[in-house]
Amino acid sequence: MEPKEVVIISGKGGTGKTSITGALGALFKKLVLADCDVDAADLHLIVKPEVIKKEDFYSGHEPKWIEEKCVFCGTCEEMCRFDAISIDGTKLHLDLNSCEGCGVCVHFCPEEAFLFEDRWCGHWMVSKTKYGPMVHAKLGIGAENSGKLVSFVRQKAREIAISENIDKILIDGPPGIGCPVIAAVTGTHFVVIITEPTVSGIHDMERVVALTKHFNIPAGVIVNKWDLNEDITYKIEEKCKNEGLIFLGRLPYDPVFTKAQMNGSNIIEYSESQVKDTIIKIYDKLINVIN
Amino acid sequence: MKICVASGKGGTGKTTVAVNLAAAVDEEVVLLDCDVEEPNANLFLQGEFVDKEISYVKVPKVDESLCDGCGKCSEICEFKAIIVIEKVCMIFYDLCHSCGACYHICPQRAISEVDRRIGEINHYKRHNVQLYEGRLDVGVAMAPPLIKQLKRHIKEDKICILDAPPGTSCPTIETLKDSDVAILVTEPTPFGLNDLILAIEVTRQLNIPFGVVINRSDMGDDRVHNYLKQENIPILMEIKHDIEVAKLYSKGKLIVDEIPEYKDMFLQLKDRVFELSKEGIVA
Repeated sequence: MEPKEVVIISGKGGTGKTSITGALGALFKKLVLADCDVDAADLHLIVKPEVIKKEDFYSGHEPKWIEEKCVFCGTCEEMCRFDAISIDGTKLHLDLNSCEGCGVCVHFCPEEAFLFEDRWCGHWMVSKTKYGPMVHAKLGIGAENSGKLVSFVRQKAREIAISENIDKILIDGPPGIGCPVIAAVTGTHFVVIITEPTVSGIHDMERVVALTKHFNIPAGVIVNKWDLNEDITYKIEEKCKNEGLIFLGRLPYDPVFTKAQMNGSNIIEYSESQVKDTIIKIYDKLINVIN
Repeated sequence: MKICVASGKGGTGKTTVAVNLAAAVDEEVVLLDCDVEEPNANLFLQGEFVDKEISYVKVPKVDESLCDGCGKCSEICEFKAIIVIEKVCMIFYDLCHSCGACYHICPQRAISEVDRRIGEINHYKRHNVQLYEGRLDVGVAMAPPLIKQLKRHIKEDKICILDAPPGTSCPTIETLKDSDVAILVTEPTPFGLNDLILAIEVTRQLNIPFGVVINRSDMGDDRVHNYLKQENIPILMEIKHDIEVAKLYSKGKLIVDEIPEYKDMFLQLKDRVFELSKEGIVA
């Protein structure tokens, strides 16, 4: 039984992905949650996971300079394409923030004056939440976010879903359209795009829609804070009709979003509100579409 | 003077701060839209188009007549971007980091390097502001090479404002590094504080003096204020939540053009940022 993966992205940051992921997660009967915004993970602040496993994540390698072997020939500095090595007399400075881990300095040093060690990238966790198991991660400061950790989180979520016979995985995705988003989106069954009715929101939505078409994945759209700009909300609804996207619904601008977050709560559980009712309707529509 | 506007959390107001700051100052400014995955600055600046340059990275090209299928390129590649199967060499351009390792290692000199398009740099002008916008092609995975090329437009003798992408990983680091000072934009909520702390760690690691702008400062609670006080981190500006400002924003308006008090606020922000850079202390 292949679990169905639904990913929530936005293009633009701050449209409400995490709050809405948490809310939808509370409505699914059985699910695995995956926080793939490994760079700036926030889902744990509303779903309150109890960590049951925490492991290191290693990916790629990084050079380690061996001073005693170095003859300061400058080959590494010349060959490094990322300006990560600078030599000043008999001092070599290796800037790990710029280093891509390609290994050119290691392989081409005539004196073999570099070691090439496993690179620690962060932690990944498996947790229990009241909605189901959750897989999440924390990228180390300055660590490369090549999408590998995102792919890893998804893979673990799939393994748990299969072993516990859970048929749905809900993924909180990252902003943008680069490799972490690509890693979060490829091979999923459905993409939910959360947007806002602003010039930035619609511009960024167009780019993530293009990405979903590039990967041939069906997508639906939710407009958050819709009453901020009715004209643009209408434009977005028209766009959905014209481009074969499912319009899942629209949420009003409501301080309850922030209040629930401040309380460390899920919007669904915080209080009765129009937002809660609308999210339930959106959930009903989404479930129909996925099944 | 290179001023980088970053955040951690998306949607806190980086672009709003970067563009309004650029528009408010009374001298020549270079504005770099480094959020190359979702560049928004020109939606607000509405600058006149000047020119465009296409951005490329180097990727390997194999001359099959010279290739003997030895597989050394595949062994050396850290990114699995070049694979040799049954003496046939396949390249996965999306994974290639353009490091040149395969090009250098090939004993038959069968690999050359060719350009692969990743996006474009658009140049716009509006009054005192020269905007260079990086726009990554949809489907291209890596933002940092485009950001690096975009930064070649920095003019050391002018005020340069860099609008960073959200997050704290490689695209943000590529934008932030070598800046003289950073403005971290946040909001007073749990997500805002959580992500601000990450952004602060990265900025400290890069040894860049920084201060914080709190957007929608009266929505939420005082957790961000308390944290900044505790860490002795300067608050450069606070913008109160204003639904009218939000509506103007939704239409792509510049607040400094629409509401004169904001122009004064942003001029004060500029002065505080210059002071911070002069002090050179990393909080």
